[in-house]
Amino acid sequence: MDLKLPIYLDNNATTPMDPRVLEAMMPYFVEKFGNAASRNHAFGWVAEEAVDYAREQVAKLINADPKEIIFTSGATEGDNLGIKGVFEMYASKGNHIITCTTEHKAVLDTCHHLEKLGANVTYLPVQSDGLVDLGQLEAAITDKTILIAIMYGNNEVGVIQPVREISAIARKHGVLFFTDATQAVGKIPVDVLADGIDLMTFSGHKIYGPKGVGALYVRRKNPRVKVTAQMDGGGHERGMRSGTLNVPGIVGLGKACELCMHEMEAEGKRLSVLRDKLENALLQIEEAYVNGNREHRLPHTCNISFKYVEGEGLMMGFNKNIALSSGSACTSASLEPSYVLKALGLGDDLAHSSLRFGLGRFTTEDQIDYTVKAITDTVNKLREMSPLWEMYKEGIDLDSIAWAHH
Amino acid sequence: MAYSEKVIDHYNNPKNVGTLDKAKTNVGTGLVGAPECGDVMRLQIEVDEESGIISDAKFKTFGCGSAIASSSLATEWLKGKTVDQALAIDNMDIVEELNLPPVKIHCSVLAEDAIKAAINDYRVKNGLPELEATSHH
Repeated sequence: MDLKLPIYLDNNATTPMDPRVLEAMMPYFVEKFGNAASRNHAFGWVAEEAVDYAREQVAKLINADPKEIIFTSGATEGDNLGIKGVFEMYASKGNHIITCTTEHKAVLDTCHHLEKLGANVTYLPVQSDGLVDLGQLEAAITDKTILIAIMYGNNEVGVIQPVREISAIARKHGVLFFTDATQAVGKIPVDVLADGIDLMTFSGHKIYGPKGVGALYVRRKNPRVKVTAQMDGGGHERGMRSGTLNVPGIVGLGKACELCMHEMEAEGKRLSVLRDKLENALLQIEEAYVNGNREHRLPHTCNISFKYVEGEGLMMGFNKNIALSSGSACTSASLEPSYVLKALGLGDDLAHSSLRFGLGRFTTEDQIDYTVKAITDTVNKLREMSPLWEMYKEGIDLDSIAWAHH
Repeated sequence: MAYSEKVIDHYNNPKNVGTLDKAKTNVGTGLVGAPECGDVMRLQIEVDEESGIISDAKFKTFGCGSAIASSSLATEWLKGKTVDQALAIDNMDIVEELNLPPVKIHCSVLAEDAIKAAINDYRVKNGLPELEATSHH
């Protein structure tokens, strides 16, 4: 088997850049280096033209108007600008924000920050499959609610939230709907009109584009949404995001969106077949469980817990050859496992035992076959070494043991 | 984070994985840690009753590579020592031998706790008073 190692299966963390994207970007570093805001000479015009074209490419992928695209430095900035910007802009209307516990830290920490500034934030729990409960969501709305911030697809388990139902509830109550679609845009069809999205953030480096660039969609009609700028300066991006435009990055983001537009459907199908092959093979291992809803899920993601082995120890068995993430956070100072898995109701033990697989454009079937074998072998080897596995096999109830907690 | 070569070697070729008969009076068993914390170590010693020397030691560990390596190393060090000598094994000796980074020091602490717990189990079984806990936490 002609297999090049190491294998990259951490595409939810970042994706390799598509060579076609790099090719599109190259002229904009040295040759076409102009500032897109230089209105009075050819260097500026060339840069502005490139940015305008990229804005159209980005808008087209999500069925938006190009004027509704604000270029940012990435999804985190979009989360900050979208949520803080709405909080400031709509302060006279209310101070209540609804989000959920499985959001990315860029959303959760932004909300925590706003709480210090007087915001009232509801952090909705999710159900055991990772989906928000729509009844709970609607019940949480008050006359002070200005924003619902619920992600499109989850980065750890891949669960896709019922975005259309959420936006319908938001619309019914006159509340704005923001979604972090970093993992969804370019992977599944995202249509801001059909989905009823008012604000949406995503980034270049999750869709085979460059790092350091992203976009915030801000709806311009029905309703016209405004955000208060979070950076003061030259008034770029219709005053919502000052700062000289990252022209090569923006060109790359545009090209990445165009490629996704054309290839997403076939790619999604191919990756879901590979993902299912991987998942079904790994579920042959005893006491292996999929985390999160398997039906409403991004096509390239799966998250599996292998009971009685610890995730980081497990990865050590193959991380020279396979790049993956674990919900175990053995290396972090807190030693706390994934808050997303805990929000799904997993015990800390199962959260510690989880692996996240993120397939991507360049993942091959050979790589999946290799991965299945490597993981199966390592799980078996570590279980031979695991006192918990031995107890489980002897029929001892692990919950009956008085563990010494640190 | 890169692991030290010694950790990788213990992980790939763990020494003394297994189970001793815990019903025997000359076998002491220590089970420390908790599944929720991501680390559980079970360390066992078998003491030669005539000489008082630890004739065999086995471990099983649920945890990261450093936890596996710490317990593997501990079993190697235990064999051939008297029970009193075994009590002198300090977690910092393990840290030094395996070049554990600061975030992995708790793995060595757990290994030391497992040694002490196994010795205490042996002592209690043989009518000796339990030693004072010298917990690091």
